Amino acid sequence: MTEFALKIENLKIALPEGSDRPFALEGLDLEVRRGEVVCLVGESGSGKSLTAGAIMRLLPEPHVHVAGGAISVQGEDILAKSETEMKAMRGERVSMIFQEPMTALNPQKTVGWQIDEVLRLHTKLTRTERRARVIEMLERVHIPDPPSAYNAYPHQVSGGQRQRVMIAMALCLSPGLIIADEPTTALDVTTQLQILKLIRDLQEQEGAGVLFITHDFGVVAEIADHVVVLSQGKMVETGTAQQVLNAPQHPYTQALIASVPSLTPSPPKSFDNAPVVLKGTGLNKTFAAQGGFLSGRRKSVTAVDDLTFELRKGETLGVVGESGSGKTTVSRIVTRLLEADSGAVELDGTDLLACNPRQLREMRKHIQMVFQDPMASLNPRKRVVDLIAQGPIVHGVSREKAHAQARDLLALVELSPSAANRFPHEFSGGQRQRIGIARALALRPKVIVADEPVSALDVSVQAQVLRLLADLRDQMDLSLLFVTHDLRVAAQLCDRIIVMQKGEIVETGKTAEVFADPRHPYTRNLLSSIPGRHWTPPKLEAIAI
Amino acid sequence: MPLPIPPILSYALRRLFQAVPVVILIMIGTFLLLKLAPGDTVDALVGDMGGADAAFIERLRIEYGLDQPVWVQLWRYMSKLAMFDFGWSFVYEQPVSRILMDRLGTTLLLMATSLSVAFTIGIFLGAIAARRAYSTTDNLISTLGLIFYATPSFFLSLMMILLFSVKLGWLPVGGIKTITGFYTGWDHVVDVARHLIMPTAALSLIYLSFYLRLMRASVLEVAELDYVRTARAKGAGESRLMVHHIMRNALLPVVTLLGLQFSTVLGGSVVVETIFTLPGLGQLAYQSVIQRDMNTLMGIIFLCSIIVVVVNFLTDLLYARLDSRIKLT
Repeated sequence: MTEFALKIENLKIALPEGSDRPFALEGLDLEVRRGEVVCLVGESGSGKSLTAGAIMRLLPEPHVHVAGGAISVQGEDILAKSETEMKAMRGERVSMIFQEPMTALNPQKTVGWQIDEVLRLHTKLTRTERRARVIEMLERVHIPDPPSAYNAYPHQVSGGQRQRVMIAMALCLSPGLIIADEPTTALDVTTQLQILKLIRDLQEQEGAGVLFITHDFGVVAEIADHVVVLSQGKMVETGTAQQVLNAPQHPYTQALIASVPSLTPSPPKSFDNAPVVLKGTGLNKTFAAQGGFLSGRRKSVTAVDDLTFELRKGETLGVVGESGSGKTTVSRIVTRLLEADSGAVELDGTDLLACNPRQLREMRKHIQMVFQDPMASLNPRKRVVDLIAQGPIVHGVSREKAHAQARDLLALVELSPSAANRFPHEFSGGQRQRIGIARALALRPKVIVADEPVSALDVSVQAQVLRLLADLRDQMDLSLLFVTHDLRVAAQLCDRIIVMQKGEIVETGKTAEVFADPRHPYTRNLLSSIPGRHWTPPKLEAIAI
Repeated sequence: MPLPIPPILSYALRRLFQAVPVVILIMIGTFLLLKLAPGDTVDALVGDMGGADAAFIERLRIEYGLDQPVWVQLWRYMSKLAMFDFGWSFVYEQPVSRILMDRLGTTLLLMATSLSVAFTIGIFLGAIAARRAYSTTDNLISTLGLIFYATPSFFLSLMMILLFSVKLGWLPVGGIKTITGFYTGWDHVVDVARHLIMPTAALSLIYLSFYLRLMRASVLEVAELDYVRTARAKGAGESRLMVHHIMRNALLPVVTLLGLQFSTVLGGSVVVETIFTLPGLGQLAYQSVIQRDMNTLMGIIFLCSIIVVVVNFLTDLLYARLDSRIKLT
């Protein structure tokens, strides 16, 4: 038996004619030994997911196809195999764990059925033997009560458990090679850590080789033995995890690592003497769960429970927590995009929640939002200049003046003036988020509420947008309410943080103090789950990519 | 201790409860609309008789209650309807309920065969077209669908009669059975089936084209989804993917359309039944309109709205059966 679970030599993947580059991947060399985890790292568009597709021979052929090189899985030349031979290999000798466990599992089949399918396809076990094996697998991935999980549908189990099901499915036949394509990106930080541990443990038990695809250097620090860095389809650096993480050689890797937000918060500034700009008191919001008009069986969910906070002038207040903690609801209540059940939100002394529609419209000038997904939150049929000028025009500024201001704002967010007459789809994700920020600034607000503004962005772009936000905040003396699930981001930008769990504040304080000495067990758990928390990115000159 | 009601039963009861106001509104609306139209039963009767004097017409109106204000007529009609009394047809000289029962079977038979044919063949062809997307097979199927879609059913009916009955003499021109045949048992079934072939084809082709197009789009969409990729990565072959992972998910939007279209098929049956002289509700409706047979017409509409409500209920049940994420509450 060969010691290599996977060996890729000089792999080339061609893109269809008319793409931005002829090859998605050019000259990739990669080796995964048995019992080793190799991380394939790169930003979006680097060709890392296509590499996985090529190994499984599941590329969307003929548009995207392997144009050269060799791939061997456990000593066998994959590219020479027929489709029938490949079917026999997939699932048995090489298996995959996908990113989004909700969409990667068939919603109409039970969890047990879907794991069982692997056994049905590749073994001659009887029904009872298969069932026993599936339940054993569910136990191994630590799913509580395997027999009842066997009969559950994917929507009936939590996100983390769904990913465990995917892992059980992938490991069912003890394949020699496991490809994990961003398996933890869609998960909360505490769940992420558990899943990473699980993959690591099982891989050690089985002695399989793992090709782990990720964009997150924290995750790399957590799990990798070897690292391969891809940029625009080209392999720029490879080495042991130690080497790449602590002494990166290539400028691109250096820039990527320099962009990883440090976990050490900057020294606290004091805002005690600054006036309070935004103050929430006793905010409550309960959602009635979906239910029919006459069903009478509605279960309500408390999204925000008696929330009170203060935001001072020039200050950044972070709202952190896992999904379902109510942080997005807070951002919507504060901007009155969602009506609270009770409580008050005072903006410069005026209660926003008590305003009538006309007063509210006037008040909206002072509090603006930046949204998570800049593609979805910008009207695709409007030019950038119109998008930015719309707010001021609504509030009575003349068209010419508003347009002139919009062009100035573009310069402020470091976009070229020529951007004004283009449409949102002509920009990259980071540029679109800059447009989103310019749009929010157009009304000269006092407060900006930002809901996960960088979570959809690549790490290098994320760093630039965060820097821009911080600069603008300081220049314009803005107050920022910053909602995020990413504690690294919070550490970089926020002066104070609120930690939320199930709609309640469990801890609040200066960021540096909370990070140094978390008091609530939930905060402690969150902080100890940050991937790569033991790794301090080396101090490198930040180089623009 | 109260008896536990099975969820499906309580769901059915609730749906029934919700349907009552719908049906009442339909009946009031139709009644008023029909009253707005010029002419009534008496006009039609007198017309058939070749005219009559004013006093006789007046007496007929009083006898039928047509001299009363509209809202009094409406109240009388609705209170009788509440007891499921559909009234008397002055044209057929029979209680309306008996006429309806005579005709209902034929219409349900025609609709059931047409929809089953349209649905089965439609999803089958749609699935094939999607799996061979952009190939010659796909182009052929899609073009065929377009032709079916663009051909009016009355034209298709007449052309089929011309070809299969008049020229070739293979199929009967109209009716639901051979009146002089007195067939029983299996022969009867075959006889009725022969009579149903052309009407079914005429009524189903347009719906077939709907299902075909929707199914093609739906299969293409589902085939791109992540869980299909997962199944591929497990080593599943194309036919297995189709049967276990794509079909059931792709069927959901088609089933929704099936329920919604039931009422339009009912409307389409008016034309087809009239052309093929099938003794069904559609043909009856057409004659009742011509003859201003208000009671019969109202009875048909009542029956049809009940059928539509019931079919939509059944569609929802089917939907819940197909989609594990939907719970009937």
